[in-house]
Amino acid sequence: MKRFARLFTEIDQTTKTTVKTKALADYFTQAPEADKLWCIALFSGRRPKRAVTTTNLREWAAERAGIPLWLLEESYPIVGDLAETIALVLPPPAQASDHSLSHWINALRGLHDVSLDERKPRILNAWDQLDTTERFLFNKLITGGFRIGVSRKLMTRALAQATGQDEAVLAHKLMGGWTPETTSYHALIEAEDPAADQSRPYPFYLAYQLDEAPVTLGAPEDWQAEWKWDGIRGQLILREQAHHVWSRGEELMTDRFPEFARAADFLPPGTVLDGEIVAWEGTQPMPFSALQPRIGRKTVPKKLLREAPVILLAYDLLEENGADLRDVPLSTRRARLDALLADLPSDAPVRASPVVPFADWYALAVTRAKARDFRAEGLMLKRRDSPYLSGRKKGDWWKWKLDPLTVDAVMIYAQQGHGRRANLFTDFTFAVWQGNELVPFTKAYSGLTDKEFDAITAWVRKNTQQRFGPVRQVRPEHVFEIAFEGIQPSPRHKSGLALRFPRMSRWRHDKTPQDANTLDDLRALLAAYG
Amino acid sequence: MSQPVLTFTDRGIYCPAGDFHIDPWRPVDRALITHGHADHARPGHAAYLATDGALPVIRHRLGEIAAEGIAYGEARQIGGARVSFHPAGHLPGSAQIRVEVDGQVWVVSGDYKVVDDGLSEPFEPVPCHAFISECTFGLPVFTWPSQKDVAAEINAWWAANAAEGRTSMLGAYSLGKAQRLMSMLEPQGPILTHGAVEATNAVLRAQGYPLPETIQVTPDTDVKALKGALVIAPPSTLGSTWARKFGPASTGFASGWMRLRGIRRRRGMDRGFVISDHADWPGLQEVIKSTGAESIYVTHGYTEIFSRWLNQQGYDAAIIPTEFGGEDDAEGGTAS
Ligand SMILES: [Zn+2]
Ligand SMILES: [Zn+2]
Repeated sequence: MKRFARLFTEIDQTTKTTVKTKALADYFTQAPEADKLWCIALFSGRRPKRAVTTTNLREWAAERAGIPLWLLEESYPIVGDLAETIALVLPPPAQASDHSLSHWINALRGLHDVSLDERKPRILNAWDQLDTTERFLFNKLITGGFRIGVSRKLMTRALAQATGQDEAVLAHKLMGGWTPETTSYHALIEAEDPAADQSRPYPFYLAYQLDEAPVTLGAPEDWQAEWKWDGIRGQLILREQAHHVWSRGEELMTDRFPEFARAADFLPPGTVLDGEIVAWEGTQPMPFSALQPRIGRKTVPKKLLREAPVILLAYDLLEENGADLRDVPLSTRRARLDALLADLPSDAPVRASPVVPFADWYALAVTRAKARDFRAEGLMLKRRDSPYLSGRKKGDWWKWKLDPLTVDAVMIYAQQGHGRRANLFTDFTFAVWQGNELVPFTKAYSGLTDKEFDAITAWVRKNTQQRFGPVRQVRPEHVFEIAFEGIQPSPRHKSGLALRFPRMSRWRHDKTPQDANTLDDLRALLAAYG
Repeated sequence: MSQPVLTFTDRGIYCPAGDFHIDPWRPVDRALITHGHADHARPGHAAYLATDGALPVIRHRLGEIAAEGIAYGEARQIGGARVSFHPAGHLPGSAQIRVEVDGQVWVVSGDYKVVDDGLSEPFEPVPCHAFISECTFGLPVFTWPSQKDVAAEINAWWAANAAEGRTSMLGAYSLGKAQRLMSMLEPQGPILTHGAVEATNAVLRAQGYPLPETIQVTPDTDVKALKGALVIAPPSTLGSTWARKFGPASTGFASGWMRLRGIRRRRGMDRGFVISDHADWPGLQEVIKSTGAESIYVTHGYTEIFSRWLNQQGYDAAIIPTEFGGEDDAEGGTAS
């Protein structure tokens, strides 16, 4: 664990990508294979199955530290991280040890085989052998959320440096449903045949937000425009006799969307499509709120299948007849995609996402303004001669979204942030007027500058009216412009509605609470766009 | 019991029997000052009383003031109160203030730390009936590594930077922490100081506190010639243009807050070193116990949580309000 703790410390105390990459590459060169595999797994969002609840952890840690549970609970929001809080309150380790990362992970996995009574002494024993940083990491293995500033891309690059393999090839190898339990470092990284796993998706190519006018992109004829749909980005894979559906977050969603089982009736094996999964009502997508109930469910009730059937609006063809097309220019891929989908019946679960024709950038801007009428959130611009890259790379794919919707709202509650933003007030609840009453309708966390967060934090400390645990009720004095991408009905909320991607777009120093919007204003937006 | 020895007013802690305030935050006629930090020694009082060790820095910071010095342990009668000052271990010259009225003894801790830093007069517990304690770091997550370990950590960082041709830029408050650091480190190269730090150095050196040799950075300083240097400067200067002249550098911040990863990362420095001039959680427990006091008033820091804990431990604990309640519990306040 010391080697892994050293890696963590090196990565944690720098913001420089080159230093992080080097530290990881060194680790991949020196660590035992089992540790390397787990390191890759952890930095790509995988972790051992949880064997202990955080409630257990809190109780055991408080007991071991000789403090009441409430004191640990009060410390947690100030530290901002439970794994860290526990690591910090525990007494120094009584025993020295240096077991490997995989030793401790195996110890955690072993907990599943023993009773709860037996789990506690094992956790306490582990804590007693680990220093503060090692404990923090050990706790993180249990609680999850291993975010330490190492993106998957950075990890892949480091692995490429350490192994001498091509980064894109490695990225592909790391896709899919593997876990350290089901593979080995050798099989995953060193073995020659990346197609061994028939379900493996291609790394997604992600677009950048277009912040400047599209004219900066150059000649319009070099670009293809499509609607930007508000659904779930997904890859539909047809290989041998099976189909697989992957989300961009690399979650296997095949069972969640049984509609795609029929895709094999229309499309040949050796086909991989990239597109947007949307709920479909015959001629156009339903609002995102219709799709939402289906996201969380592993098995879908019949009623929901009837009410919100999904299709894939496909916009790219990554594999045809088993051949990887990613290096072929988009214009060719698009032509083949259209040919492949041309004769599909209208009830097929796959459709081509149409290309939006345009003569010049001005005309396209006019079209974009109508995106909400098509249930789209803007346009995608893709360079016609571009290959299909992996990850977020600037230059070939741009999302040109509509300007967000906005309302002016009054801040009424504040809560401290987590992690990097612990000890700052960053989580706020906003309200709009209904008669003389302020009705909360959304929370927002982001959008302010560090300076503004500092200023609002100082203000919150001085203007707290009441505390409810970590939440502070503050004087309703400050007005913020809240920007959001969509609005939908929500009976769970007092306001009866919920926003998509709300954030603070502006601190309206120029407005008083009386100038804030009303609930009726929001209802009007709901009627128009919900 | 008659009137309490100390009361809490909108100007700060007040002694009715002696008609004086302790570390008041608004102008008063007579102020007893625990130490020279800005949240304790404020301008505008008609008369000041502080230890002989603390007074030069206070004068340096506040300019022309009517002030009198007092030795540690020396008793003085002020009206109906008998007062004396006792080492708080927080920084050179810092004191706890003992106030006795009719046999009742109250002690105001000011800021304090328990470990001997080798420079400040070490903390001395003062038995009392009521103890007014700071609790800047009054949470069980705050425990400090030993000064020896932190010194080794900083030395290693400094040495590694020097070997790779980088300047080591260490952020530390100019009064107290800066001098503690320079005197505890093993020199790996020259020590350079920001003007604010050097001004304090000069005052302390004149008093006879042993500080290592330092070089103040001025516009004329040829920083390129000073290879492997450690620069000690107020934290706020590290991101400024002033810091850029040192070329390739690694930045570090020395503070108790560096115990928390979130704050460490938010500070945006390369390294955080956990070293504080305040008592850590075990230190607070130890001191409070050693005073023998039954009544504990807490101030500066996580007062709500800490007083609740003390009440559960059988003390009679309460919170006293401070004007700057938000300052010390905010990271990067004056507390360090
Ligand atoms: Zn102080
Ligand atoms: Zn203070």
